[in-house]
Amino acid sequence: MNSQAVGAAPPAAESRLWRRGKWAIPLSVVPLLVLLAYGFRTDPRAIPSPLVGRPAAPFSVTLFDGGRLSLLDLRGKVVVLNFWASWCYPACYEEAPVLERGWRAYKERGVVVLGVDIQDTEEAARKFLKQFALSFPNGPDPTGKISVDYGVYGVPETFFIDKTGRIRKKHVGAVTEEVFTREVERLLRDGG
Amino acid sequence: MKQAALLPILLLPFLAWAAPPPGSVNEDTVRQIAAQLRCVVCQNLSVADSPSEMANQMRGIIRERLKAGETPEQVIVYFVDKYGEWILLSPRPQGFNLLVWVLPFAGIAVGLVAITLMARRWSRRAAAQPVAETIDPATRERIRREMAELEP
Repeated sequence: MNSQAVGAAPPAAESRLWRRGKWAIPLSVVPLLVLLAYGFRTDPRAIPSPLVGRPAAPFSVTLFDGGRLSLLDLRGKVVVLNFWASWCYPACYEEAPVLERGWRAYKERGVVVLGVDIQDTEEAARKFLKQFALSFPNGPDPTGKISVDYGVYGVPETFFIDKTGRIRKKHVGAVTEEVFTREVERLLRDGG
Repeated sequence: MKQAALLPILLLPFLAWAAPPPGSVNEDTVRQIAAQLRCVVCQNLSVADSPSEMANQMRGIIRERLKAGETPEQVIVYFVDKYGEWILLSPRPQGFNLLVWVLPFAGIAVGLVAITLMARRWSRRAAAQPVAETIDPATRERIRREMAELEP
């Protein structure tokens, strides 16, 4: 009988487009892999602050030792504005001695270190100040207004403000001796 | 006497709910704004959903700014001004961000076109194939034999 039609279908008519384009399927995964490789390697916390280069938002704070300090009163000085909390361990504990040393070394040269304690209890904050014998001005931010004005999303965060009241640098994480000295010296140098 | 004194106290919450004092802020509006903002300490929750102290304070700030007469849009602009676009849970559909909004739909469209084209080609190929006799004579013969055996 008709043995030719038996079994095998006619050779599959693969279109030229299909034959040539087949390799594009595995290849289309490449951009996705590149995107994922990039995405997983970036630090989701490293968000550039839009505030750098802009005037520092004015605020005043009631200090733990009773006084009141306004940022506007510090015009003409280099200000190291540090956001911290007593529960922020270990970063805030690491940088506290650095800030204190920096304050002592530079206070005669027109530098003010100002601590703002956020989302904390007064008792714990006072204990922290005592533990590190911090002598620079320090006060709480009970409403969170100062934190939001400075776009703070965690502690510690430190802003270096120049003599004209402009934010020149935002440092996320514990301030090291090296960062402190470099930034403060830089701001002392420029603008007389 | 005692009960009479108690009554206003018991009613107080209901009164407060029924008639908000003038100059107060609609909590729904606060919630609506908070839902668009990322809680800064918890990354993937909105300010409306986060139980954190920071989110609580941010809700307070939203409330206060509304009370001061700002529109919801102005409140959001304030937060974007301080934190950048990062604070928005859904990126604004403009500029490079448009890609995020357009790409999924573009992908679906491309997929639909590809499926349509392939389905068309397959059905055409199937139609073009002659209906072949797929049973070889030997098998046919065997079926016939076995059927015959089954019959009494």
